[in-house]
Amino acid sequence: MSDTRPTGDQGLTTYRDVQVSPDFSELRRRFRRFVFPMTGLFLVWYFLYVLLADYAHDFMSQKVGGNITVALLFGLGQFVSTFAITMIYVRWADRRLDADADRMRRLIEGEHE
Amino acid sequence: MSTPLLLPQATDIGNPTVNVAIFALFVVATLAIVFRASRNNRTAADFYAGGRNFTGPQNGIAIAGDYLSAASFLGIAGAIAINGYDGFLYSIGFLVAWLVALLLVAELLRNTGRFTMADVLSFRLKQRPVRMAAAISTLGVCFFYLLAQMAGAGGLVALLLGIDSRAGQSLVIAVVGIIMITYVLVGGMKGTTWVQIIKAVLLVIGAGIMTLWVLAKYTFNLSGLLGAAVDKSPAAGEKLLSPGLQYGLTGVTKLDFISLALALVLGTAGLPHVLMRFYTVPSSKEARRSVSWAIWIIGIFYLFTLVLGYGAAAIVGPDAIKAAPGKANSAAPLLAFELGGELLLGVISAVAFATILAVVAGLTITASTSFAHDIYGQVIKKGQVNADGEVRVARITALVIGAVAILGGIFANGQNIAFLVALAFAVAASANLPTILYSLFWRRFNTRGALWSIYGGLAATIILIAFSPVVSGKVDAKTGKSLSMITDTGIDFHWFPLDNPGIVSIPLAFLLGWLGTVTSKEPVDVDKFAEMEVRSLTGAGAEKAVHH
Repeated sequence: MSDTRPTGDQGLTTYRDVQVSPDFSELRRRFRRFVFPMTGLFLVWYFLYVLLADYAHDFMSQKVGGNITVALLFGLGQFVSTFAITMIYVRWADRRLDADADRMRRLIEGEHE
Repeated sequence: MSTPLLLPQATDIGNPTVNVAIFALFVVATLAIVFRASRNNRTAADFYAGGRNFTGPQNGIAIAGDYLSAASFLGIAGAIAINGYDGFLYSIGFLVAWLVALLLVAELLRNTGRFTMADVLSFRLKQRPVRMAAAISTLGVCFFYLLAQMAGAGGLVALLLGIDSRAGQSLVIAVVGIIMITYVLVGGMKGTTWVQIIKAVLLVIGAGIMTLWVLAKYTFNLSGLLGAAVDKSPAAGEKLLSPGLQYGLTGVTKLDFISLALALVLGTAGLPHVLMRFYTVPSSKEARRSVSWAIWIIGIFYLFTLVLGYGAAAIVGPDAIKAAPGKANSAAPLLAFELGGELLLGVISAVAFATILAVVAGLTITASTSFAHDIYGQVIKKGQVNADGEVRVARITALVIGAVAILGGIFANGQNIAFLVALAFAVAASANLPTILYSLFWRRFNTRGALWSIYGGLAATIILIAFSPVVSGKVDAKTGKSLSMITDTGIDFHWFPLDNPGIVSIPLAFLLGWLGTVTSKEPVDVDKFAEMEVRSLTGAGAEKAVHH
């Protein structure tokens, strides 16, 4: 791809120039707008579960069918949410991060060589 | 809780010869692979990072191999068998923690560093002091984790080989240590990684077979299995199925549980031996795939341990487990014996041994890399050392660490494994994670902030542990026996009420990182910060794979 690099980017020689460029700002914004809320979400969900397990014994020990308790469903729910967030993030990052990050990397490494 | 391994009774189940034979097979096979893998160990990147040539899936399996220690296999299965649901809470914390690594740490770290955690932390701050601090905390975490694994080896020996004399156990700990040193010296990161991969595959297959076997006994009816576990546990009864059996007793134990939950979820992404594994892949995309694979394998494995724990309660019964040498840790091996006799017990025992061996090897290479690359190469020699010299120091360090681990393991034989592991997680969450996050995401962060956070977090964790009931003054109300490290009930110097320090030390370390930063007049190194930020997100200038 480096052969298609635009020749007009002579100013893009330092990391600081890249850092303030609109393309990079957009990549950083996109990354943070995904991972920060997602981190908040799973931490809230995890600590909600921890607090319920710790302080709401009556609620958690209710049976929902056979010997399956609410606590067990909540616990398995943590597994499901962890697997789901992993899949969602990997899919999202493969599609929305890699192409732009790669393009910028080639641009920078090309300039440096 | 503290000295179950000194019980003078030998195991009367299983056949030690079978156990030893299967284990010897594992050692011979892995050593052969390690020798093969070592042929291409030429550069520092080969020795420290396996040439960065592992694929995401390979590294993901190796991460699972590194992470699923004997404490999580034997420990969690045993905790579920005895304390029911409260044992399950551990595995949930250990698993959810991986999302921190996936979303915030793995890829950025891979793009920024070379070999160690300190590479990233010192990237844009004052090199020598920050590197030194990061290396000290790396060595601290590795030391506690190593001690836990070696102490576990002693307990396992008592149970599986029928060796109940202290001298015999010490000899086996020494043998484990020597095999592990061989892996690291000969194979470097490449050899160690292959040992992790083989071990992870064996562990998951072994646990998977046992899980299916247990479920088949109850016609794949989970509710039926839980009912049988309750029937076999008259003391706990229905409480086995909901939280509170272990942590629900008083307000203090409830708070202790929150503290533990915090340390578990924030500890993983600060464990240096886990972080170092991200350097063994060629790119951040592969680092992402590694974590994704690791999460699936670790998650599925913990689901297995849920079935195995309740299965052990239903089929073996808590009384038989508590009476066995090794107590709770013997739940999974006893279950294996009940299901598949001597042969399955032998296989599961060998897998448990392999687990200890592989985890110890991973910790040793992490600690020796950190010493050689950070302390020797960058702090003492100020970077004026060639890679060969550094790797030579790393090999010597591995020998020293191996010796320390053997001695420490012999000394710690009989200590509570779960406590030592929880301590390692608490140090990682307090001393490492705040600095990692600040340096990746907070522009203003500076050297004083890093030093205060690392040293403050490390000191707070160790001091609070030293003055906690874990070390002295915890007495079983029923039997009057000590539950602390110091078993003399007359000695009691604890003033911190909780077993786990996380709820105090983690917020404190974050606070110190902020406070140190805002009180320091050190200007932000804008060029280095720009380089770090651009590198971390785009991978520009990141270390490439080695091609032979």
